[in-house]
Amino acid sequence: MRRGRQALLGWLYATPTAVFVVALFAIPLLLVIKMSVSKWPLLTGDQGFNAPANFEKAVDHRFFTDSVVFTLKYTVLATVLLLVLGLGLALLVQESSRWNNLLRASFLIPSALGLASASLLFYVFYSPYASPLKPLMDSWGFTFLGSPNAALFSTTFLIVWRYAGFYMVLMLVGLQGIPADVFEAARSDGATRWQTFWRVTMPLLRPTLALTTVLCVTGSLLAFEQFYILTKGGPDNSTITVVQLIYSVAFQGQNDLGVAAAISVIVLVALVVINALQLRAFRSEES
Amino acid sequence: MRGILGRRTLMRSLAGVLVATLTFGVAACGDDDPKGSDAAEAGPNGVDDGSELTLWTRAPLEKQAKLLVDAYNASHKNQVKLTVVPNDDYVAKVGAAAGSSGLPDLFAADIVYVPNWVNQGLFQDISKNIDGLSFKDSINKGHLSAGTVDGKAHVLPFVLDLSMLFWNKQLFKEAGLDPEKAPATLDEYAAAAKKVQALKKDGVYGTAAGLNCGGCLVFTWFPSIWASGGEVLSADGKSSELASDTAQKVYGTWNDLWKSGAVLPSSSGETGPTWTAAFTEGKVGLMFYPATLLSSTPFDAGVAGIPGPSGGASTFVGGDGIGVSKDSKKAAQAWNFLSWMMSEDAQVEVLAKNKDVVSRSDLAGNKYAATDPRLVTINEVAGKGDTPVAMNFQQAFNAPNSPWLTLVRNQVLEGKSGELQKDNQEITAVLGQ
Repeated sequence: MRRGRQALLGWLYATPTAVFVVALFAIPLLLVIKMSVSKWPLLTGDQGFNAPANFEKAVDHRFFTDSVVFTLKYTVLATVLLLVLGLGLALLVQESSRWNNLLRASFLIPSALGLASASLLFYVFYSPYASPLKPLMDSWGFTFLGSPNAALFSTTFLIVWRYAGFYMVLMLVGLQGIPADVFEAARSDGATRWQTFWRVTMPLLRPTLALTTVLCVTGSLLAFEQFYILTKGGPDNSTITVVQLIYSVAFQGQNDLGVAAAISVIVLVALVVINALQLRAFRSEES
Repeated sequence: MRGILGRRTLMRSLAGVLVATLTFGVAACGDDDPKGSDAAEAGPNGVDDGSELTLWTRAPLEKQAKLLVDAYNASHKNQVKLTVVPNDDYVAKVGAAAGSSGLPDLFAADIVYVPNWVNQGLFQDISKNIDGLSFKDSINKGHLSAGTVDGKAHVLPFVLDLSMLFWNKQLFKEAGLDPEKAPATLDEYAAAAKKVQALKKDGVYGTAAGLNCGGCLVFTWFPSIWASGGEVLSADGKSSELASDTAQKVYGTWNDLWKSGAVLPSSSGETGPTWTAAFTEGKVGLMFYPATLLSSTPFDAGVAGIPGPSGGASTFVGGDGIGVSKDSKKAAQAWNFLSWMMSEDAQVEVLAKNKDVVSRSDLAGNKYAATDPRLVTINEVAGKGDTPVAMNFQQAFNAPNSPWLTLVRNQVLEGKSGELQKDNQEITAVLGQ
């Protein structure tokens, strides 16, 4: 009797969360899956089942391969830069002193800005027309978003500026979770700083590294705002990410929610696989 | 004690669930209003009974839309609530609203999207009302026919936006050009741009264009082809004729201009938001520019039709059409706004007064036009202009990754003339989908 009531109470406690999960995750997910197997133009809505036509169209889209390759390239670049820089900054400001507090705060401040706002800020900063760096660009005959590589690196710079502080904090938490006596033991065994870093800090930081890698890879694979605002996929369609492709198929011309949903489902499956692989890789080395 | 607490929490949770369910239920039932009367049943002027109407438009036409809405609200019982949406988000917003039957009573659409949207049934048929207008034959043909499907008209011109050749008279004078005479051919245009460039004034360039903005290029370069008697699309809008000799001459002239350095450098990456800014600031000698910006151009600018390689003059009759949405329950009231909008009061005392183009040819010689000869020029060229009609116009031309953009960039920035046929076929492929 009492047990039954407790179970009921448990369910009730879980209800608010469950409602949100169902309303904001499960239902949209099911809707996307339904769209991906239906003919579903933006302006007229559901026109009935047509699988697997949407998936064929998605894979045959003239920018599908390009966008996958570009997204992977960007993900590798952003992940390597952010993790290395995040760890480096964390090591730099690890000890608490007056100056380090100031440094930590200043590294973290860009994280307080929304990504879209930051992108707009850099849009002006990079603009060959309104930028404060205009004289520099004029004399070098160079624009920040003018060529495919320049656009990629300029956007990556924005992302590093925006997120380095955030990854620094995550790394800092990891570093401070390592007990001080381990370092002391390493020191009394005569380990150099370098040896301490590679053989003590890095292995003990593994859970943090796993977390940050998963976060960073997932975030970069889903990159959208920065490219949507800064490059619009240009110049010459060289910076189209997968999510941007989804957006443009849905809203910029083709106006086909079915095909857009099909790409979304493909991305979802790819993300699940990639994250499973990452978690397994970090776990297997641990055990 | 514990039992009591448990029971109280239980009751509270139950109440919470109940409230949530009720809210969802009420929201779901909100759409069941009875359908209002048809626009046509309400007489030639519609109904002015103090209803609130909603109207959506996109940001580039904000100024004109605000003037029209304010003037209407001041003189009518009906009140129009205007929502201005950023240009890039407009299609997405309309699409989402159309899918969920949430369109406003009235909404404007870029005239090049109108054929597609009418075909998808987003607008109500208002042909009976339009037939009742005494001045029907003088309403701009391009806009009217873009919104006509199977002989039924769905759309009226909201704001006309024409592309015109604008030149900065001060810079022309400094460059030794006649400030009162427009370049008559595209070659003369290029020569004038190079002369302004040769002034070597800091930050001043000969000309500018939105070379990464498909919509801007359609708007400014199609007229060059039309002016020399060429066509851009086949009559059915299913295939592209943008590899013709005339088109090639246009690309060739711009390629030469680009290589000579007389084009504002930021043009190559310009995706649209600032494509006119440099001219407005007086830093560009001459460019193809939207006539809607005439009133906000602060210096003395000359205005003429856009010339082609062999002279002539044409314009892209762009801007937005407006109609009553499929979801409107107040069609009769919405028609009241539309019929007022087409009246002499609105066309002359609102649009012409703000130096905008009127959408009725019988009002072209109005009293405001008479005071500014440039307006007469614009109104005259409007009659020679064109509005292309194609179902997949957005995807083929306006989209950020459109094949038209690839074609222009290959021809003008890269100088890859060998790619022309292939790029043109890509446009045809998209148009034919």
